[in-house]
Amino acid sequence: MTARSVAMSVEQVAVRFGGLVAISDMSFTVGEGEIVSLIGPNGAGKTTAFNVMTDFLTPSAGRVTYQGTALAGLKPHQVADLGLIRTFQRTSVFPNDTVYDNLLIGLHRQGRVRLLDAILGLPGARASERRLRQRASELLEWVGLERRAHDAAGSLSYGEQRLVGVALALAAEPSMLLLDEPVSGMNASETHRFVELIRSIRDRGITILLVEHDMPMVMTVSDRIVVLNYGRIIAEGTPDVIRNDPAVIEAYLGHGAARA
Amino acid sequence: MRTAITIFAVATLASVPLWLRDPYLLNALITTGIFVIGAMSLNLLLGFTGQLSLGHIAFFGIGAYVSALTSLGFDVGLPGDIRLVHAPWPPIAGFALAILIAGLCGYFVGLLSFRVRGAYFVIVTISFAEVVRLVALNWVELTQGPLALTNIPSIALALPGFGELTLRTKMQNYYLVLVVALVAYLLIARLVHSHFGRAMRGLMENETLAVSVGIDVTRTLTIAAVISAAIAGAAGSLYAHYIRIIDPEVFAFINTVTMVIMVISGGKGSLAGPVVGGLIFGLLPVALRPVMAPEAQWIAYGGVLIAILFVLPRGIVPSLAQRFGRRRSGVTTLAPVALAETAAKEPA
Repeated sequence: MTARSVAMSVEQVAVRFGGLVAISDMSFTVGEGEIVSLIGPNGAGKTTAFNVMTDFLTPSAGRVTYQGTALAGLKPHQVADLGLIRTFQRTSVFPNDTVYDNLLIGLHRQGRVRLLDAILGLPGARASERRLRQRASELLEWVGLERRAHDAAGSLSYGEQRLVGVALALAAEPSMLLLDEPVSGMNASETHRFVELIRSIRDRGITILLVEHDMPMVMTVSDRIVVLNYGRIIAEGTPDVIRNDPAVIEAYLGHGAARA
Repeated sequence: MRTAITIFAVATLASVPLWLRDPYLLNALITTGIFVIGAMSLNLLLGFTGQLSLGHIAFFGIGAYVSALTSLGFDVGLPGDIRLVHAPWPPIAGFALAILIAGLCGYFVGLLSFRVRGAYFVIVTISFAEVVRLVALNWVELTQGPLALTNIPSIALALPGFGELTLRTKMQNYYLVLVVALVAYLLIARLVHSHFGRAMRGLMENETLAVSVGIDVTRTLTIAAVISAAIAGAAGSLYAHYIRIIDPEVFAFINTVTMVIMVISGGKGSLAGPVVGGLIFGLLPVALRPVMAPEAQWIAYGGVLIAILFVLPRGIVPSLAQRFGRRRSGVTTLAPVALAETAAKEPA
């Protein structure tokens, strides 16, 4: 593995819900510009881990830092200000707005103008508005949704809504993108296109963390994979290492879920 | 098309005093106009952020009292033998202070309640209105309590070259209300079409997602609350200087309900909705007065509201806009999502 500077570091994180231990003593790092996947059988603690890494959940012990800043206690918009942006599994769009307007909402962090300027329609605010519209079109093109720009986001197919979700996340100009099961519900060709998209995102220097069920997709796209089972990390390494790791094979076959 | 409708509507409203000579009807239009401004301010919160302020009349009433007291002056004793004496200022200063202080109240109420939101916001606003009403009722030295503040001066405008013009006639007041209403309308329109407006819409549609793209919930909602309260305060000030007498009854819950009805029937979340709903429910009493007793009128309002929402469930303006071709973002079909989710569960 090449030496990269660490973007996110998860240090001895544990999460307990009452007596239930969802995650115990989890430590790993994600390097700048790396694509890391978090996998594991159902109930392994992936979603919990994801929520801790996006500060939607505060761990019972341990800490998560991003570029040296501890996440615990930050407000969600402050986490976004760090450049850490997530997507959602189910509710990934603003359903009643057009795809284009969705992106304009997503561009909120770029469009900050003074309230009075916006109300009076001062040149500064107008220029900022023009930039936002330009940027929204670029993002639509990037994820390949130009043709759906003026449809209500809620009327799109599930796969397309996922793309809107990713475009929304990109609109916030992340330095690290966390994707929660982005290809579930996509067919093979949509998944293939999505893999291309993830690569093109990484090529622009954005770090990516992926939580995913789709094994072939994970194996193709990841630089490194972290495998969780029963709230513990049971393996960590490149796709080739993970493919042949006896603990991983047992975890998956043991649950009869080796659909890979 | 929209511009044509807007120009036509404004021109019609501006021409009313030229052909309508009946002072009773003109009076009804002025008070309706004042309430329409209140309804527009409520719509900013209810329609564009989804927060129901059931104490909205508090900001209206505070505006009315602040404006009245500024222009009447007062002399009250505070604890610790301090006397607070205020000499009368011109009503226009009262108008400005009304906007400022109502906005400030909006800030505190917003700051307090947006940490919890939803039902809590409703409860905090109701309690706030009730507390303010009790203060107005019991701080007799300042507000005259149930005896009411009387002889509130009419608004006077200092026009360069014309000297001072005191707005005494109905026609003058009509135009004053119309101008303030237009300014409020433009202000709200600008706001909801700016990126603040998009942040508000985002929060209303999908809060978790909005937060994740970096929208600051408390800040966005507080800004909306401040502007909404300030506009309501302006309406209250107009009310005080037009009616020229105010008592604590101005804070009555029924006045908030009236504004809510105006917004819901006209169409919340649409700019013209509160104007249309406001004109209907403001002028309905005028139409019904010759044929019905006041008690029966309330039943009739209820009937009209139900009828409107039965035929046009999203309120008059959005429903008509959708029906007449201007199909915009509003059309939502969630069925494909459900279908895709079922499909996703099947093994690939």
